[in-house]
Amino acid sequence: MIFGIPTSAFVGQLLIGLINGSFYALVSLGLAIIFGLLHVVNFAHGALYMLGAYVTWGLLEYLGIGYWPALLIAPVAVAALGLAIERLMLRRLYGLEHHYALLLTFGLALIFEGALRMKFGSTGQPYPNPISAGVDLDATFIPGYRLWVIAASLGLCGATWFVTERTKIGAYLRAANENAPLVRTFGVSVPRIMMVTYSLGVGLAGLSGAMAAPIYQVSPHMGSGMITVVFAVVAIGGMGSLLGSIVAGFGLGVIEGLTKAFLPGAAEIVIFVVMIVTLTVRPYGLFGQELR
Amino acid sequence: MTGLSPRARRIAAAVAVAVLLGAPFVAYPLFLVEILTFALLAASVNLLISYVGLLSFGHAMFFGSSAYVTGYAIKTLGLEPVSGILLGTAVAAGIGWVTGQLAIRRLGIYFSMVTLAFGQLAYFLALRASFTGGEDGLQDVPRRAVLGLIDLRSNVTVYYFTLAVVGAGFFVIYRLVHSPFGQVLQAIRDHEPRATSLGYRTRRCKLLVFVISAALAGMAGGVKVVGYQLATLNDITWVTSGEALLICILGGIYTLVGPAVGAMVIVSMSHYLASFAEWVLIIQGFVFVVVVMLLRRGIVGELYAWLERREEARQPAATVSPAASPERAARRPHPAEPVNQELQP
Repeated sequence: MIFGIPTSAFVGQLLIGLINGSFYALVSLGLAIIFGLLHVVNFAHGALYMLGAYVTWGLLEYLGIGYWPALLIAPVAVAALGLAIERLMLRRLYGLEHHYALLLTFGLALIFEGALRMKFGSTGQPYPNPISAGVDLDATFIPGYRLWVIAASLGLCGATWFVTERTKIGAYLRAANENAPLVRTFGVSVPRIMMVTYSLGVGLAGLSGAMAAPIYQVSPHMGSGMITVVFAVVAIGGMGSLLGSIVAGFGLGVIEGLTKAFLPGAAEIVIFVVMIVTLTVRPYGLFGQELR
Repeated sequence: MTGLSPRARRIAAAVAVAVLLGAPFVAYPLFLVEILTFALLAASVNLLISYVGLLSFGHAMFFGSSAYVTGYAIKTLGLEPVSGILLGTAVAAGIGWVTGQLAIRRLGIYFSMVTLAFGQLAYFLALRASFTGGEDGLQDVPRRAVLGLIDLRSNVTVYYFTLAVVGAGFFVIYRLVHSPFGQVLQAIRDHEPRATSLGYRTRRCKLLVFVISAALAGMAGGVKVVGYQLATLNDITWVTSGEALLICILGGIYTLVGPAVGAMVIVSMSHYLASFAEWVLIIQGFVFVVVVMLLRRGIVGELYAWLERREEARQPAATVSPAASPERAARRPHPAEPVNQELQP
């Protein structure tokens, strides 16, 4: 017993919280990378996460390609789609008020969600668990796949941090974020960096979707459900801050999980309540800086 | 309204009034009621975009909560429609005041995300609260007589009642925009630090517009319940917020008539596509993309621009010098045109 509830229930909800947190962190990380350089809030991010899950499911359903190859194919496919979106549409909106990019990506999200709902219906599609083994603790059984998701998410967060902070590409990226015209005078193609950044951020969403397929049901509305929560997570963590996305993502996942254990009715709204409290105390989020 | 002579403007207004008054004898009145309520909802969203530069993804929160409150007041408390709508509007304004305190602290991009999150919170609360009827919503809200005098049992009367309420809402927006306060708002939108340095309390002004906008969205929600006799979860989801935005941008932001025209197109589209319900999301998304990529001024905005070009072509070049016309000198470039790089976030 922990705080009056059975230990197994406590550990179970904590684990679910960490799993949800892994996805919140990964999705908001991609959002933060894109926002940092392009100053675009990518409303289609949730929909692209959902597309990643559908590609994974479709590969198995129609081509018999299993989970591990899909883990590579899904993000590449989604990133390619992102490349096309940036190249053909978003790029034309950079000089305009940011409303337009937001509305464009919102429209794209509607198209993706509507198209998949039409093709596959709104019921969820199950995906088999690729790792059947697990860890048997005294209190509860922890499925191996969930451990893999948490580990992979932490690894991806670390890798993203490493790429942006410790590599040459990351240095270009940060420099272009700081002063794009100056970087251009050094002969670096900023438009190309922006294109690559967008497709990388979007690819991260696709990868999260592929990882989510065996855990959640693959359904057309998993994207809009994700984006509303992730926007709150980003508001709490601070827009454009990588560390903020990671900390707030995992933190809120755990808070949500524990709320489910102690106060089941409030689990859906707890993230929004935390957002309200954070905004009252720190208007720009925990790690955010004031920006225009 | 540049490009139209005063006489042409008067004719256009007279035609519009005649169409509005005669419409229920040509089309199904409740269909027109839907257009009118969505026009007011979109106009409230448009007010924020045009005069504060903030894009709200959460106006369904005001629309929906007012719909529930009005429905509950009429059905359970036995109020007549006007006081029911006023109560709903007041509640929406109150919610707007509370959420606005937090939302307008964050500029631009943040605002859209925070309002979406607030909207989602409102949705979950409506789903769980007991007085909203959960998944079923509030059904069979009776149509009581307005102020105990005007019988609302006929759909045509309901149309005129809605027209009166929505007309009042549009009049509020018109007066607000053309008041000194409207000028202050434009100053804040165009250059907030300058407005601050001139001594305007910019945050308070923005909060006030946000509350007014929330109240107008609430008014739309309330009058919708009176006409449709039901309030459902659909009224409070982000899909409704998105629809309001779609109406704004299709009709033309920065115009007063735009939301009305946009509502006409979008609501008609939804009705004709009713048998292909699964297509609605795709088509709405497609309209978003097309408008953003190709038609950024919207229908009404493009029409104004066309009239203006025609006017310029007709007049000799000398008389159109900026000094000759104060109105023209004050005209700022349409925000859909590329702006100076340093104004970018």
